[in-house]
Amino acid sequence: MVKTSFILRGVEFRNRVFVASGTFGYGNETTSLLDASKIGGIMTKSLSWKPRDGNPPGRIVETTGGMLNSIGLANIGVHQFIGEKLPQLRHLDTKIVANIAASSVDEYADVLTLLEDQEGVVAYEINVSCPNVKEGGLNFGTSCPKTAELTRRLRPLTNRPLIIKLTPNVTHVSEFARAVADEGADAVSLINTLIGMAVDVRTRKPRLSTVTGGLSGPAIKPVALAKVYEVAQAVKIPVFGIGGIATAEDAIEFLLVGATAVQIGTMNFVDASISGKIAEGMAAYAERSNVPDLGSLVGALDANVGFSVLQSWL
Amino acid sequence: MTASPLLCSAVVRSLHQTGDNIWSLILHAPLIAAHARPGQFVNVRVADSLVPLLRRPFSISRINGVELAILFNIVGPGTRLLTDKRPGDVVDLLGPLGKPFDIDEVFDTALIVAGGLGVAPFPFLEQELHRLNKPIVSFVGARTASGLSVEGLENVREATDDGTAGRKGTVVELVAEYLDAEKPKRPKLFACGPTPMLKALREFAVNRRLLCELSLEGAMACGIGICQGCPVQRTGEGKKYALVCTDGPTFRAEEIVLS
Repeated sequence: MVKTSFILRGVEFRNRVFVASGTFGYGNETTSLLDASKIGGIMTKSLSWKPRDGNPPGRIVETTGGMLNSIGLANIGVHQFIGEKLPQLRHLDTKIVANIAASSVDEYADVLTLLEDQEGVVAYEINVSCPNVKEGGLNFGTSCPKTAELTRRLRPLTNRPLIIKLTPNVTHVSEFARAVADEGADAVSLINTLIGMAVDVRTRKPRLSTVTGGLSGPAIKPVALAKVYEVAQAVKIPVFGIGGIATAEDAIEFLLVGATAVQIGTMNFVDASISGKIAEGMAAYAERSNVPDLGSLVGALDANVGFSVLQSWL
Repeated sequence: MTASPLLCSAVVRSLHQTGDNIWSLILHAPLIAAHARPGQFVNVRVADSLVPLLRRPFSISRINGVELAILFNIVGPGTRLLTDKRPGDVVDLLGPLGKPFDIDEVFDTALIVAGGLGVAPFPFLEQELHRLNKPIVSFVGARTASGLSVEGLENVREATDDGTAGRKGTVVELVAEYLDAEKPKRPKLFACGPTPMLKALREFAVNRRLLCELSLEGAMACGIGICQGCPVQRTGEGKKYALVCTDGPTFRAEEIVLS
């Protein structure tokens, strides 16, 4: 048996595969499609203090090997989440990580404090990286001092693991990772979406109502790997690798460049059961490779002996 | 209450072209066929690759025992790939999805109003209405005669923009004429088609206080309410948007705003 579990600030997760925020709803929509006991945890849809309507229609566009979205953090708000969704989520056989997105430091703190009293939430992921809202999101995520200030404010409020979700839309994401690690964050997750755009040449209009949006899906995987590699070199805290993962091999790549765990995002829309298959596939890879603990693959990239030509390229 | 969505490997039974760029794909999908209700849709993985990436939503057009049919035009790479399917090929389906048409409320005559490929959900709806012994009149419009698809519909009245078949004009005008002439008791409109047509019909139905359900389409990634990609503006208080995939695709005319 391969050991797949890992521990973050005293919380044990059964394996290293999570579903990314916003790609799995509140966890109750897919109970007929995914056996939650196959994955390490669910990052909930971003929660704000009040419900958010989100952006006007023209919210998603498919692009080559990926998609652009401009949802605008549409969500039911933390109160309705606690009242309606969490009671169902608690029954799922997996760990629930509450993702929080807000427009001020106070709002982040208020949402987190309210969730502190709730059983069934084991950790927080702080979204400072949404590219599709005017306030909050990137306002924080592209300012290193603000990201650090937010972490400093939230850290004393909880003893649960605090994960900061970072944006790739900055010059050096590792500076941000270092700043939040210094403020006591337990982990970082990256990458959130890359800012992108698509145009309808017939109408000469942007395809998204907000003109630009966030690019995700297999198309962004090479960028995500490079960012995760950069961050894993820079900080000692665990990294959740996110970005275009579609197979167990993709996930292993993220482990090798330094991710402790991974999150599956856009591919959940294509196949809601894929995260379970990826978790099984990672264990099978380890078994085949005589690796008794998936943890020993974390950062095990062999970067000193040139490169490897993939046979599968042909 | 509708059934939970299922992920199924469906086997292609046949693909045939029924008009100028109108295609019908028949799939063996017993579980989905058994649970589907008229107005629901399936989200189809058109190829087992990452390009194109997302599933494509299609109305369930007809149910025949263990088989279901979808109807489509080639409008992009996804639908083009569907025309490569051959009998025996396996297609990954997620369904049945969405809120079905409400055929249980009190009405006497069903007026089916379809524009272009908006005809897709109606053969299935008419199958069920027939079972309930409801009188049906089908109003079908298209730009030109070759865009009309009336297979599986009864009591058909046609309209084309160019007058090459049926009345020259819009399907909404056709419905208005029928209502004024026949004055059916307690009619209910079921409509699907391009947005300008649905907007016109919505206004007509709301003004005349007619029962009317509209079936919408929307770009969506998941089809099950997670990605939040397919909003449609609601009327009234509360939430600003409904989702086409789970709150719809069928909506009462008065509960949404079309733009």
